[in-house]
Amino acid sequence: MKKITSLEDLRRIKEQSKDLTSARSGGKTRIIVGMGTCGIAAGAREVMTVILQELDRRGLKDVAVETTGCIGMCQKEPLVDIIRPGEPRITYGDVGPADVPRIIVEHIVNGNIVEDKVVGQTD
Amino acid sequence: MLQDLSQYILDIAENSLKAQASSVEIEVEEDTRENVLRLRVTDNGVGMDSEQLSMVENPFFTTRTERRVGLGIPFLKQAAETCDGSFEIRSEKGRGTVIEASFRRDCIDCPPLGDIPATVMALMVGWPERSFLFRFRFNDDIFETGTEELLQVLEDRELFASAEVALWISRYIEQGIYNLRTGGNEGFEEDHQP
Repeated sequence: MKKITSLEDLRRIKEQSKDLTSARSGGKTRIIVGMGTCGIAAGAREVMTVILQELDRRGLKDVAVETTGCIGMCQKEPLVDIIRPGEPRITYGDVGPADVPRIIVEHIVNGNIVEDKVVGQTD
Repeated sequence: MLQDLSQYILDIAENSLKAQASSVEIEVEEDTRENVLRLRVTDNGVGMDSEQLSMVENPFFTTRTERRVGLGIPFLKQAAETCDGSFEIRSEKGRGTVIEASFRRDCIDCPPLGDIPATVMALMVGWPERSFLFRFRFNDDIFETGTEELLQVLEDRELFASAEVALWISRYIEQGIYNLRTGGNEGFEEDHQP
């Protein structure tokens, strides 16, 4: 099927998603991807793309995706932090695209930390 | 070393944003007649003085405190020069910085363009409060889009954080580049991979 992407589609997405504007405000889960040179070299942008695809596929609208620079753990990039409201900040390391669905389902949807990928925790 | 030019662009633009740029212009130019590929990233960030500018191509110079090497720019310069191209940084304290790199397109060591749409998407999602302009030139034709154009539809910068909007941006740019290269908007498939 041929489909032309147009600004009209964007208008439709906007109209259908009035509730999206809450995505960056407080009380929402935050996903933070390390996008320094080290993260980019390790594949952080691909991980971010898969995160967005997974959120879109599952219709998870109350999750904000953000980026940050190098935090000095370059050897463990790609790094992905997840902060659920009222919970500690969990840092996952060496995250590949294949790890993303598991982290999203287990941690973001079900609230269970994926222990084998954790490299840090900050309260 | 980064894998492809789209990753270098993302890396350079991230530098611009850390230098407090409120607006970043990204230009990619493919000229098949001159056999040249050019990248240009222009920002209005804090800029550098001549002393910093003279050190920025040195891998062991970085302003960051998290680690002591800064490899993005030296690698891009090396890649351009390996491909009979050129590399230039112009900067003025308080005004901003322009980084330009060119490559001979058919050089065997020329890094592939990579996923340019994903780079622009990552910037718009990661920095929704900043403004980006993306321009892709293919010979005489131009595809251009940016934060301001998209905001005319979205009206709200917070929507850049929406996964659905972000993925739309990536598809829109992918199609724009595809149309330029093929000289029209016929035959673009949703699942087309560049």
